[in-house]
Order: sequence, then C-alpha cells, then structure tokens
Amino acid sequence: MEIINAKNMDQRVLCDLIKKERHLDIEIRSCCGQRYIGCGMKKANIYIIGTPGNALGAFLDGASIKVDGNAEDAVGDTMNRGSIYIDGSVGDAAGYAMRGGKIFIHKSAGYRAGVNMKAYKETSPLLVIGGTAGSFLGEYLAGGTIVVLGLGEKKNAPLTGYFCGNGMYNGKIYLRTTERPIGLSKHLLLNKVSQEEKEMVLRPIIEEFAEAFNEDANEILKSDFIAVEPDPENRYRELYAAI
Amino acid sequence: MREGEVRIPSGCAIAGVFARDGRKINGRTIKDSIQIMHERSNGLGGGFAGYGIYPQYREYYAMHIFYDDMLAREECERFLDSCFDIINLSKIPTRANPNITDAPLIWRYFVTPLPHRLSDSHLDEEEYVVRSVIKLNNTIKGCYVFSCGKNMGVFKAVGYPEDVADFYRLDEYDGYAWTAHGRYPTNTPGWWGGSHPFALLDLSVVHNGEISSYDANRRAVEMYGYSCNLLTDTEVITYILDFLKRRIHLTLEEASNVIAAPFWNTISLKGEEEGRRLAYLRKMFSEFLITGPFSILVGFTGGMMALNDRLKLRSLVVGEKGRTVYFASEEAAIRIIEPELDSIRSPRGGEPVIVHLDEGVKA
Repeated sequence: MEIINAKNMDQRVLCDLIKKERHLDIEIRSCCGQRYIGCGMKKANIYIIGTPGNALGAFLDGASIKVDGNAEDAVGDTMNRGSIYIDGSVGDAAGYAMRGGKIFIHKSAGYRAGVNMKAYKETSPLLVIGGTAGSFLGEYLAGGTIVVLGLGEKKNAPLTGYFCGNGMYNGKIYLRTTERPIGLSKHLLLNKVSQEEKEMVLRPIIEEFAEAFNEDANEILKSDFIAVEPDPENRYRELYAAI
Repeated sequence: MREGEVRIPSGCAIAGVFARDGRKINGRTIKDSIQIMHERSNGLGGGFAGYGIYPQYREYYAMHIFYDDMLAREECERFLDSCFDIINLSKIPTRANPNITDAPLIWRYFVTPLPHRLSDSHLDEEEYVVRSVIKLNNTIKGCYVFSCGKNMGVFKAVGYPEDVADFYRLDEYDGYAWTAHGRYPTNTPGWWGGSHPFALLDLSVVHNGEISSYDANRRAVEMYGYSCNLLTDTEVITYILDFLKRRIHLTLEEASNVIAAPFWNTISLKGEEEGRRLAYLRKMFSEFLITGPFSILVGFTGGMMALNDRLKLRSLVVGEKGRTVYFASEEAAIRIIEPELDSIRSPRGGEPVIVHLDEGVKA
C-alpha cells in the first residue's frame, strides 16, 4: 500500500504520481479538487479520502476506485471497464457515456446521471444510485442499467427529477418506488418489476451495493421496483427538445 | 481587438461566501476558495465583490473606475464634480504582481449626489447614480466605472483570480460577504473591464456560462435606458436583475422565475395557482428569459443569491456551516476553506438559493 498526501498538490503532479506508482494499492489522503484521478487506468486499487475533482476515473479501463467522501462532476466519464464506489454523493453527469464497468454511489446523484450510456458488444455499464437522482436521469440512454434506490426517502416518493429517460432508445432504468417519474415521456414504457426479475437482475447488483456501503440487501429488496424502458412500438424518431 | 467588439461566451469558476451573522470575513478566504478551481480559468480574467468592506463610508457611493489615461481621468472628474460631492478620492492600493500586467489607472471615489442637482433631476437617488454611471461609461473614452454601490466594491483584472486578489491586496479588506470569479473566455482577448463581477449600484453578478439569448435580452434592457457597452453576456444579467428588482420591485424569487422560467410542460405539472403565477411571469417578462447554460452568484446589500439555468447545464454547490453559507462551482472550493460542513447540496435548475443577514444585523 502506497500512501500519497495530496494536500495542496497540483493535479498533474498527483496524476503522474499515481500513474508511475508500482504498488497496485494506492491511498490518496487530503484530496481536494484534483481532476482526472485514475484516468484511463487498467490496473490499480485507488482509495481516496477527501473530495476528488471533476472527471474522476474518466475512461477507466479496469482499475477500481473507492472514495470516502463526495465526488464532483462527470464521475466515470466514458469509462470502459472497472469499478467506482463513492461513499457519498456525486455532482452532475455521473457515468456520462460510459460503455462498461460499474459505478456505485451511496447517496445521491446530480443532474444527467447516466446520460448517453451505451452497451458495446459483450460489455454493459451499470450505474447504481443509493439516494435520488436529478433531472435528465438516463437521458439518451443507449444501453446498460441504471438503478435508483431512494434510501432514506419517504416510501414511494418520486426518485427522479424532470425528463427521466427522455430520448432513451435502449437499456433499462430501475427505480425502487411505485411512483411514476414526473412527466414520463410517451415514448417510454413503465412496468412493475416481477419477483423473478428482481431476484435474477437486481439481487446481485444490490448485494454488491450493500456490501460496499454496509447496507442491508434483503431490506432494500423488500420494496417494489418499477422499470423504465423504451417502447419498441413507439420509439423516438427525432430529436426531442423542451421549450 | 478589444472585447466589446465581439461577444464572449465563457466557461468559468465562481465562488461565494456569506456570513448571516454579519461576521467579517477576510478577503484571503475567498481567494483561497477560488484558487482551488484554477483549472477552470485561463488567466484572462479574475474578480471579486466584497460587501461591508467600507463601513467608514457606508453612506457614500463607492465608485471604482478604470482610466486608460490621465485625460480620461480629468474628464471624468470634471463630470463627477458637476453631479456629486466627492468625499474622498484616491488610487486603489495595489501590490505589484508579475502576473498582472498592463493595468489601467484604477481610482476610487466616495461620493454623494449634489442635493440641488438631485432634486432638479426629479429622480430618486439610486436612479440618479445609475444614469450618471451609464452616461460616464457611454460618453467618456477610456473611462469605465466598474463599481458604484454603497459599502461594497468590485475588484477585477486580467489574470488568474488568485493573482488578482494579491494585486488588489484583498487581505486588507474584511466583509460579511464575498463573491469571486475566474474567467475562461473562449474566443476573444480579455480586458480589464470584461472581467467579472459586473455591478450596478450594490448589485453584482458573477457568471459561469454562456447566454444564448444575449441579443434578445440586450435589446430588451436597452429599451429601458441601460446600455450594454461591454457586449459581454454577463453584463446583461446585471441590468435585467437591476430592472426587475429595483424598478419593477419583483422579489428575487420572482426574478429567478423570469430569467430561469420553467419549461411550459414543467409549468403544466405545477398546481393551478403556482402554474398561473409562473405562466404570468414567463409571459409578462418573456424578453428577460435567459437561455443557455449559466450558474450565477448575485451579491446585494445584506444578501446573496445563487441560481442555475433551468436545464442546470453548469455546476453549483451550496454548503453551510453554522451561520455561514458557501457557494462554489465545485465542492472542493468549499471544503478547502471549511472542511467540516453541516450540509452540502446542489440546487436544482432554476431553483434560487437566497440568503440574507440575520434580523438585526446591519449590512
């Protein structure tokens, strides 16, 4: 285990230090705003204490990142493989355009989480949000899975903001509520998740979430889930825009 | 080419700190906050607004003025002498900084309108000051009044914000509120007047974003006597807010519903009464709707407001610790000056966060 004290450290210096590090286990302390940590890395387990800056784990390609604290915007931007665990909340555009790997967020995500995520060949990205998500969750979703748990929210509260899944044409958004997302587009289908799908699809995801953040998977799985998917009979055929 | 001949879309950093209990915060604090977001600026503009920094002159308008040359200064002072009683005048103290170059002459005047000129004008005092400032900026070549409020002041320059703070010796000022800006203009050279904040009377604006509706907004405010002589997009936000708040007497929340009006389909999802209120504001003041990405911090006497565009295309976080409220483009900029916060959150698009001094605390 290599420990790096990042207090007052320039972002370039920090990123170079991490990339040149021979140890696979790296702990970064007093992190405050340094961008691009772990960018494109294939191998390493990075543990961060503090507040990492924008584009944490961008283009991540197999490494694992864990944060004790909140992260800023664009966590896992365009990531390919690997995993990111945030024991806190994240800013806007988490998982933007990711096409593989997993992101687990213990608390809430800002606007545009999972915007334009896509599946590619055998890879399919996963984004799990423990709290609530802002508007434009999964906008233009082209593949992969988004799960929002609403932990700590009132039972059956809306877990998303406006324009949930707008423009999506593939992939699936699971919400741990029975409340229909506000103003859901007519191009999207909303279904109750069956017991079988819950066990097959959601259980392994939620067990990993619970393991990472010390939550109770069975308790979380007791609740009803709904799922948002594109309507195959009524796909988006043109750009949509709000006015 | 000078800014003002071309429109500036900018991506930037903003930060603010506000002590509800009126506790004085040193200028060093806001410098430390904005400095951590160095990467968001490119050295072509930085600036600060401090409130409560001139308690000894709280009754007087503090005019901060850039001059290109002594001729502009003489002409401006002749004009000021004819309209105002000048209580005090001096150069604004600066400290040499290798990264701040080509400084204009920077002067400060504490003034009050000449009583007979004011009464002859049939204007209220604030409108008298505003018209004088607009006239100065429009008619005197090489003179730009960049701050004219009471017990507040704007300090701005071309450079990274941390260098600008050092240049203006902000560590020698204490105030209950500060805003800051680091600029990243993308297609024109920066100049001193084009840096943020943009202020009129005590209202100041720092802005991260780009206003798609700039020209429509500009034409609208110019019908009401404002003059967009810098042609930077942020300037127009200052005038819109001054118009809606000071002249139309909208509340800040209502003004937010005008400039960041919800989409019609969002309005239709609100209850009947709220929907009617929002529809009224959107229709009545449609030319003041600001489209495009923005996050802004608005400073004013005794308060501060943070606001995102309705799509929330720029980042903005709000933290609280005790009676102090922190605003910034990035959480790191808050954590660096207050690691242990009571709360931190991101406001929704179009949701204003408005803070005021506690009751009984004098601005």
